[in-house]
Amino acid sequence: MALLDVRDLRTHFHTEDGIVRAVDGVSFSVEKGKTLAIVGESGSGKSVTCLTIMGLNSGRRIDISGEAIFDGVDLLAIPKDELRRYRGQRISMIFQDPMTSLNPVHTIGRQLREAVQLHADVTKAQANARAVEMLKAVRIPRAETRLDDYPHQFSGGMRQRVMIAMALINNPDLLIADEPTTALDVTTQAQILKLMNELQRDFGSAIILITHDLGVVAETADDVLVMYAAQPAERGGYEDIFYRPHHPYTWGLLRSLPHLATIGEDLKPIPGAPPSLLNPPAGCRFHPRCPYVMDICTTVVPEFALVPGSGDHRAACHLDEETKQREAATILTETLADSA
Amino acid sequence: MATTTSEETTRPAPLGEELLRVENLEKYFPITRGIIFQKEIAKVRAVDGVSFSVRRGETLGIVGESGCGKSTMARCIMRLLDPTGGKITFDGQDITRIKGNDLMRVRRELMMVFQDPYASLNPRKRVGYIVGEALQVHKQGTPKEIKSRVQELLDVVGLNPEHYNRFPHEFSGGQRQRIGVARALAIRPKMIICDEPVSALDVSVQAQILNLLKRLQRDFDLTYVFIAHDLDVVRHISQRVAVMYLGKVVELGTARDLYEHPKHPYSGALLSAVPIPNPRRARARVPVVLEGDVPSPINPPSACRFHPRCPRFQPGTCDTIEPLLERKEGSDSEVACHFPLETWPMSDLRLPADSTPR
Amino acid sequence: MTRYIIRRLLWAIVLFVAITIITYVIFYLVPTDPARLAAGRNPTPAQVKSVAHYLGTDRPVWYQYGLFLKRLVIDHSLGYSFADRVSVNTDVLNAAPVTASLVIGGAILWMLIAIPVGVFSALHPRSKTDRVAMASVLVGISAHPIWIGLILSYVFGYIPSSGHALGFSFPSFTFLPIQGYCNLRGASQGQVCSGPIQWLYHLILPWVTFAILYAAFYVRMIRANVMETLNEDYVRTARAKGAPELQVLRSHVLRNAMLPVVTMLGMDIAIALGGAVLVENVFGLPGLGQLAVTAVGTFDLPVIIGTVVFASIVVITFNLLVDILYAWIDPRIRLG
Repeated sequence: MALLDVRDLRTHFHTEDGIVRAVDGVSFSVEKGKTLAIVGESGSGKSVTCLTIMGLNSGRRIDISGEAIFDGVDLLAIPKDELRRYRGQRISMIFQDPMTSLNPVHTIGRQLREAVQLHADVTKAQANARAVEMLKAVRIPRAETRLDDYPHQFSGGMRQRVMIAMALINNPDLLIADEPTTALDVTTQAQILKLMNELQRDFGSAIILITHDLGVVAETADDVLVMYAAQPAERGGYEDIFYRPHHPYTWGLLRSLPHLATIGEDLKPIPGAPPSLLNPPAGCRFHPRCPYVMDICTTVVPEFALVPGSGDHRAACHLDEETKQREAATILTETLADSA
Repeated sequence: MATTTSEETTRPAPLGEELLRVENLEKYFPITRGIIFQKEIAKVRAVDGVSFSVRRGETLGIVGESGCGKSTMARCIMRLLDPTGGKITFDGQDITRIKGNDLMRVRRELMMVFQDPYASLNPRKRVGYIVGEALQVHKQGTPKEIKSRVQELLDVVGLNPEHYNRFPHEFSGGQRQRIGVARALAIRPKMIICDEPVSALDVSVQAQILNLLKRLQRDFDLTYVFIAHDLDVVRHISQRVAVMYLGKVVELGTARDLYEHPKHPYSGALLSAVPIPNPRRARARVPVVLEGDVPSPINPPSACRFHPRCPRFQPGTCDTIEPLLERKEGSDSEVACHFPLETWPMSDLRLPADSTPR
Repeated sequence: MTRYIIRRLLWAIVLFVAITIITYVIFYLVPTDPARLAAGRNPTPAQVKSVAHYLGTDRPVWYQYGLFLKRLVIDHSLGYSFADRVSVNTDVLNAAPVTASLVIGGAILWMLIAIPVGVFSALHPRSKTDRVAMASVLVGISAHPIWIGLILSYVFGYIPSSGHALGFSFPSFTFLPIQGYCNLRGASQGQVCSGPIQWLYHLILPWVTFAILYAAFYVRMIRANVMETLNEDYVRTARAKGAPELQVLRSHVLRNAMLPVVTMLGMDIAIALGGAVLVENVFGLPGLGQLAVTAVGTFDLPVIIGTVVFASIVVITFNLLVDILYAWIDPRIRLG
């Protein structure tokens, strides 16, 4: 059984301009010890999906529907205070900007201790010992001496390590990482991704990795969910998404990336910009930008259907299977030509 | 999409002629201390002896991580900052210390596109004003001429000329960056310095802007200095690439050489850190992960600044003799390293046991 | 940190000299002769001249200023009043506790109102309570303190003692006093009352008047700061850790949100200590503001300068205290 099973999740914000359907019918599951990457551009609803599961959405007027079954319990149905007990203990979260995610007026020792003592009745000394242990696990040099330091005394990469230490301090079953390396330099990103990989191996936590970077997905994911305009476009194992993509949006993302074969050529970007979630297009939400658009796409919402002959590879597109396979093969030769 | 007017393509494009030359450029920011009289106690060596040249019509890419000095360097070239030392020659003229009208004249030919399309456009001004401001400042025509020129520019960058009277917030991120490009193009510059122009954009929109920049380069005979931290983007758009680390250029070569045969261990580590959007290949390689953080530019490491993090570090050489940026035999790239990489890709950057400085 | 404090102190001295020089110069630009005012009714020119010599106003400005500095630094004396020849030190020392009682008591009262209301409003934006609070804030900010003072005096002082209101009559009684001040300890000359109870009793209306104005400002500021802090990433981090809302508020929101409030509070108290003129005036409190206003009316330069000197010392000291306090709260400044 999956560790987390999200079914038909919807998060609608009531704003002065109308209802923003930030998440509109998203389903996925995360297996124990595996990594699910949620990919999409800004505003695709990938962060809101995870914040909803954690009960961390801000704003007063929100409608949430659907289920998020974590280890047999629907997180969306339990009282707030019960959900709070899951947070930081069984499900942790790290965020994009390590510079602002730690409280500047408390020492990191205090912030790490807080995470321990919120969920366990331990003494300060025990919590401190645990904090040091975790700082060592995330390879922070001289861990013992750094508990009394404040966040501004750490570099960006080191702060993200502190965040990871804090997230894993109670040995959670699930770690949600929201763009954890986006604000970091590429060599620091490599350090953090490597660290997360090793920690996943040691701690056995499942990871939901929210990212816009297909490179990061390729490096780390077991399963991938591609989101477009608050809805899932495609979902499958990483091989499905990179080598047998079945949705024109996924194709567009892969084609947008500059790589060896595009040198001297124009890139093939997706035309236009993502739609407003106040008033999304009818039918398939991708149809105004889709080069393969057909009449049916403008009126009928495509089913998030299983790809024939696959395990659990789904895509929401009206195109026939033959065209999809043909396009997928073309894209593979176009974009991954340098991979031989 | 837009079309190009014929008169703008008539300028000759003698590729190879040098348009910009930067020699030994230095920019130090003083750190001061004192109770009444401020005395300098240290300096941040943001740019510390950078030399390169850019030929007309080419794109020079500059890559490096935060704090390597790439943006400070760009601002020095634009003369938004005054260089501490060195010489900048643009189109045959020494612009290192020019002021007033001379500087104004140079700024007509040298424009800049910034990273953040949200912050770099004045939210209270209409697009027509933003794009046409430079034309007004440099008195390039009557209001009517300026308006038609602005509409033409909006068309060139793929925006609807009818949107002349809109405000920046009515546009998406990608469209705003197009406005930024139109603004830079307004007085037909010879060179545009792009400082992380696509870093804030989503991939699909990033590709649109990269295509736009390449098309404009062809159509208007533009020369670019293209600064970015995304190595794939830089490779895509540049003919030559400079890699910067802590205020210095550590390697400079053609994009092909640099990406296929990096010579400097830092370039190698940087390339190996870039995630590859191809799972099989990404998982097959053994990445070279650099340990630690970039040191402070206030008190940079001696000699080769990369030596404390370098897998090929040799005591007695790397920490005492500063490597100069020079061409090594059998390579077209210039590299500042005593022990450059011999092969690539390699899973291990460590030095062969019997090596001596070359 | 020590260097920082030394630098601030040196600047404070420069500032102090500048302020007093400006006060002297302005005083001499006004075309009035204090000697003529002090020389009694219809003085002869000779009388005026001798009074001027006695007061020292026949000397050049720079000489008078030098004399003032010498007295201040060496004798710690602010000189003697032109009007009644009383030591200015005594005048200021008598007035200062009055103003201090008013301002510090008022500040405590306004913070007691502003913190809970501001925080509650921030936590429940657009709720009924928030709307009522924001509307009251608007009234508090717009209303002139003299008007507030007069209304309060009328409602709590005049109506009870007059014995009728809105057409009804009732036995008159004294509810709250509307004039005067009583020392906390020991009555001074001419005062009829003293002791903590009388002190408190006479200050209730001034405090409330004073607090209404500032509470309005502070509710708005605290609300804005708390709302801003609630949106900080580290607050989200705290919630993601599983911290209960109360703990998030206490340990991650309030301290951070109060940083700018501390600065404002220090400045406001300092400025008010220099003379809460309007409130003192309405309630007849013999504080520094009253002292200064009276002195300006009689061109009593030593008293004017005395209040200016005292006010600048208070403001400068409070600034310094705020800076130190701020550094103590915010490690980025302390260790930066």
